[in-house]
Amino acid sequence: MWTIFRKELADHFSSSRFLIMLCLIAMVTLIITYMAGINLREELSGGSKPGSAFLMLFTTSGRFFSLSQFITFFGPLLGIIMGFDAINGERSKGTLPKLLSQPIYRDAIINGKFLAGVAVIAILFTSLILLIAGLGLLTVGAIPGINEVARLIIYLLVSIAYVAFWLGLSIVFSILFRSVATSALAGVALWIFLAFFTGFCSSLIADAVAPVDNQKNTQQVIANREVKHKISLISPVNLYTDATSTLLNPYRKTSKSFALLGPMERISMNRFQNPLPLGQSLLVVVPYLTTLLSLTVICFGAAYICFLRQEIRST
Amino acid sequence: MSAVIHTQGLEKTYAGKKVVLELDLEVRQGEIFGFLGPNGAGKTTTILMLLGLTEPSNGTVRVLDMDPARNPLEVKRQVGYLPENMGFYPDLTARQNLRYVAELNGIYGNEADRRIHDTLNQVGLEDAGDRHVQGFSRGMQQRLGIAELLLKDPGLIILDEPTLGLDPDGIRGMIELIRQLRDERGLSVLLSSHLLHQVQQICDRVGILNEGTMVACGSMNELINQKTAEGARLESLEDIYMHYFHSAPAARRL
Ligand SMILES: Nc1ncnc2c1ncn2[C@@H]1O[C@H](COP(=O)(O)OP(=O)(O)O)[C@@H](O)[C@H]1O
Ligand SMILES: [Mg+2]
Repeated sequence: MWTIFRKELADHFSSSRFLIMLCLIAMVTLIITYMAGINLREELSGGSKPGSAFLMLFTTSGRFFSLSQFITFFGPLLGIIMGFDAINGERSKGTLPKLLSQPIYRDAIINGKFLAGVAVIAILFTSLILLIAGLGLLTVGAIPGINEVARLIIYLLVSIAYVAFWLGLSIVFSILFRSVATSALAGVALWIFLAFFTGFCSSLIADAVAPVDNQKNTQQVIANREVKHKISLISPVNLYTDATSTLLNPYRKTSKSFALLGPMERISMNRFQNPLPLGQSLLVVVPYLTTLLSLTVICFGAAYICFLRQEIRST
Repeated sequence: MSAVIHTQGLEKTYAGKKVVLELDLEVRQGEIFGFLGPNGAGKTTTILMLLGLTEPSNGTVRVLDMDPARNPLEVKRQVGYLPENMGFYPDLTARQNLRYVAELNGIYGNEADRRIHDTLNQVGLEDAGDRHVQGFSRGMQQRLGIAELLLKDPGLIILDEPTLGLDPDGIRGMIELIRQLRDERGLSVLLSSHLLHQVQQICDRVGILNEGTMVACGSMNELINQKTAEGARLESLEDIYMHYFHSAPAARRL
C-alpha cells in the first residue's frame, strides 16, 4: 500500500492539475487575507483588540467572501478534482489489470490513493494556514493566543475531514463510472446539489412539516427553523459550515455572509451569540465531525464493495 | 513433467450465458502452450480465472499447485501476466514504470535496479529505459510489458494476445523473445492468440477453444497428423482450425 501511496503522492505533486489548483488557491488566499487584514485593521484601529482578532482573519470578508467560506465552497471541488479519475483513469490507461495482477490486495489500491489525496490536502491546508498566519502578523499585528491556535488546529482537522469526504465520494464515482468525464460530472453535480439545493429543499420540507401561518408566532418560527436546520444537516456542506463557524467565531461578529450559505450562518449565529469557551465549542463540533467522518467511512465501504466485485477487463 | 496449470470442469457464466464450458486444461512445466481460438471464444475469461481475477462459476483451478481463488497473492507473486492491451503510465519513463511494478512486488533498492537493468536488456530496450513511455511504439510497449513480468522472476507467464497489433517484424521479434525466455529461463508459457499461424511455430502444445469449449488439444504433431472423417490430412494449424470451425455450425459467423 505504501508503494501506491508514494507513487500517487508523487503523481499529485507533479501533475499540472495540482499546480493549477495550487496557484488558484494561493492567489485567492493572498487576496482575501490581504483584504481581510486591511478591513480588520480599520475596524480595530479604534478600540482595543478583542481576544480573537487573529481568528477574524479567517471569517472577515473583504470585498468578496471570507476565507472560511472560500474553503467551504472550494474544498469539495478540490476533493473531486483529486479523486475523480482514481480508478477509471487507471482503467482507461490500461494499467488496472496490471496493478491487480501484482501481489497486492485490491483494497490497498483504494487505500493508497485515498491516503495520498488526504496527505496532499493536509500539506496544502497546513501551509495555507501558516501562510495566512504570517500575513496576519504583518497586516494586523495580531498575535494568536493558545486558545486561537487550538481552534485553528481543530479547524484544520475538520477541514481535512471535509475534503477527505469529497475525495472518498469522488473515488466511489471513479469506480462506478467507466468514463472519467462522467465521474467528474457526477461529483460536481452532487456537490452543487448538496451545497445549494439542500437549503432550498429543507425549507420546503420544513414548511410542510412545521408550517408557519403567522410570522409573529415565535414558537412556530422556531419549530420551523429547527426542522429546517436538522434537514439541511444531511448535506456535508452544511455540517462543515456549522462546525467551522462555531470553531472560528466564538464571538460571532461578522454580519456579512456568503449569500448562498446565508441562512445557515444566520441560524447558527443566533444560537451562539455569547462567546463560547473552547471546550464548549468542541462539544458542539464533535458530533459534526463524527458525522462527517462516518459519511466518509460509508463512502469507503461502498468503494470497497463495488471495487471488489467489479469485473476487471482491459477491453 | 508436472503440470503448472491444471483445470477441471472449469466453467464461467455471465448473466446466464455460459462463456467457458467444462474446460479441462493442462499446461506442463517448461512448455509453451498455445491457447487458441477466435475472438469471444473465452480465452481472456479463462485466463482471468487462472489468476484469481474473476471467480469460476464451477470447477477447479490449480496454478503452480495453488488455488488462485484461495491464495491469490501467492499466485500473483509467482505468475507473470501480460494483459490484453497492456497499458503504462505515459508520464513516467520505462525505468520508472518498471520500478513501480518492482516495488509492488516488494523489490526495492539495488536489487530492483539490478533486475530492471537485466530485464531491459533481455527484451532489448536497454537504450529506451529513460524515455517516456508516451512515445513508445506498440512493439516497444509489448516488450516493456514482458520486462515487467520478468521483474518478479516468475515460474510461469501468461500472455494474452502478445502479438496483437504488431507489425510482421514485431511479431517475429516477440515470438523469438518468448522462445528465448523459455529456453534460457526455463519458463512455462501460456499464450493466447486468435491468429494461429503467428504462434504455431513456437507452441509445444496447443488447445483450440471455440465458444467456451475445447475442441482440440494436443501436441502439434498429434493434431497435424490426425485424419479427418473424410480422410483428408490436416497439414497445418490453419487446416485444423478450418476443420474444427467449419464443422461446428456455431463458428460460421466468423
Ligand atoms: N463482463 C462480462 N459480462 C458478460 N459477458 C462477458 C463479459 N466479459 C466477457 N463476456 C463475453 O464472454 C465471451 C468471451 O470473451 P473473452 O473471454 O474476452 O474472449 P476472447 O478473449 O477469447 O476473445 C464473449 O462472448 C464476451 O461477450
Ligand atoms: Mg481476449
